[in-house]
Amino acid sequence: MFTEIATDPGAPTVTIVFEGREIATRAGATVAAALLAAGELHFRDTPVGAERRGPYCLMGVCFDCLVEIDGEPNRQACMATVRDGMRVERQRGAAGIGP
Amino acid sequence: MKADAIVIGGGMVGAALAYGLRRQGLDTLMLDEGDVAFRAARGNFGLVWVQSKGFDCPEYAAWTRRSADLWPDFSDEIEELTGTGLQHQRPGGLHVCLSGAEFEDRTRQMRDLSERSGGAFRYEMLERRALDNLVPGLGPDVVGGSYSPLDGHANPLYLLRGLHAGFRALGGRVRLDARVTAIRRTGATYRLETGTGKLEAPKLVIAAGLGTKPLAAMLGMTAPIDPVRGQILVTERARPFLGMPLTWVRQTGEGSIMIGESREEVGFDDGTRWQVQARIADRARRIFPFLERARIVRTWGALRPYTPDGLPIYDRPPDGADAVVASCHSGVTLAAVHAGVLAPAIAEGRLPDDVGGLGTGRFHVH
Ligand SMILES: Cc1cc2nc3c(=O)[nH]c(=O)nc-3n(C[C@H](O)[C@H](O)[C@H](O)COP(=O)(O)OP(=O)(O)OC[C@H]3O[C@@H](n4cnc5c(N)ncnc54)[C@H](O)[C@@H]3O)c2cc1C
Ligand code: FES
Repeated sequence: MFTEIATDPGAPTVTIVFEGREIATRAGATVAAALLAAGELHFRDTPVGAERRGPYCLMGVCFDCLVEIDGEPNRQACMATVRDGMRVERQRGAAGIGP
Repeated sequence: MKADAIVIGGGMVGAALAYGLRRQGLDTLMLDEGDVAFRAARGNFGLVWVQSKGFDCPEYAAWTRRSADLWPDFSDEIEELTGTGLQHQRPGGLHVCLSGAEFEDRTRQMRDLSERSGGAFRYEMLERRALDNLVPGLGPDVVGGSYSPLDGHANPLYLLRGLHAGFRALGGRVRLDARVTAIRRTGATYRLETGTGKLEAPKLVIAAGLGTKPLAAMLGMTAPIDPVRGQILVTERARPFLGMPLTWVRQTGEGSIMIGESREEVGFDDGTRWQVQARIADRARRIFPFLERARIVRTWGALRPYTPDGLPIYDRPPDGADAVVASCHSGVTLAAVHAGVLAPAIAEGRLPDDVGGLGTGRFHVH
């Protein structure tokens, strides 16, 4: 569905893990770009209706791309840059921020 | 265009009154400005709040209690009529104190409020230990607080939408982008000029929030209503943890945590300042330290229509004509009494006795 356009073909390869699946991408990519290029469209389940959502604006305003990154909930995948070994999970419903 | 009644303003007060007038069977026309307007109705905190209202004015305190009591039925009525649920809940509300001095002041204020209401205002002062049974996760700075079972909250945007939808469902007419620029009266008829044409009705309600002052002046009335800015912070959605609203912190039906509030006299400027937001966030963090981990996803400033004494204005013009000016800085709280009590009185050409002391006469210098 999405095709990667390598703006920097020389960038080193980086591997992240999404829901247990290893995904190879390039240094400098956002988490959202890496997941979309790997065919992953389902990033989160909404807190109230438990509906599936994925990135919409890709520029940090819609909050539809939320994922859990290395244990931290509600991170915007389009605003986070990949790092080798990064562990990304779907954001399932609201984060447990409470006491 | 002609109508039985024209309401100028489609914000929290205007929409509640228009809805209430239409419910009485009057052919009602509601006018609202365009998106240039300053709309407190779209930027407020959503409390239906009793325990801080009318310390020096028993009449206002009673009016507020009456509205909070009417809210459950009012909310059901709007939901049945429009399908829009207002997320109204009345689990009681809490005001926490962060020092012994705050707690003492609060204790005195609550006692006075209750005494002046003849006991109708119900509340409890709670020590820290008792608070922990009501809400989890309080920080070490919290010494105690006041709880009133009369308090609650609602979603203010659904309230505004529900009032507009309810008004239309009952056959009310709405004109948007209809900024009123002139009001004239000939005999028993008010004639209004707007950007989109001339309108007339024998009954007029001015409920235009921050637009009220110049409109009231056209009827020869002094309505000193000026902006007081409040700023609000909203966090990402969290799992429900907070069973009741606090004066400065509440969790919405969707799980977001709203954090307010502030008071600044900065004229018609609804912007934000980080210095104020930092203070708001700091107080919230002292109340609930875990909020430090919550991400703020939105912030805004909005302007309250405010009078010099902080009390509402309900008045009629000196010439005895059939008009009413209505304004308040707790339009969410008072929406139920506006729709259910004030509007029916206005339909009959009078004001309820309950608000007899809230006229503009109090601002005249003797
Ligand atoms: C930060 C903040 C927090 C708040 N929190 C709470 C709370 O927790 N609980 C609570 O009860 N209240 C709260 N309020 C107050 C509440 O929002 C207001 O009391 C209420 O919105 C006032 O209603 P209003 O109709 O008078 O004014 P508005 O809601 O501002 O509406 C006025 C309307 O009049 C229209 N208008 C103006 N001039 C003209 C004209 N010449 N012609 C035609 N139309 C015109 C405008 O378009 C506007 O839509 C808060 C307010 C703020 C700012
Ligand atoms: S895609 Fe909109 S915020 Fe990330």
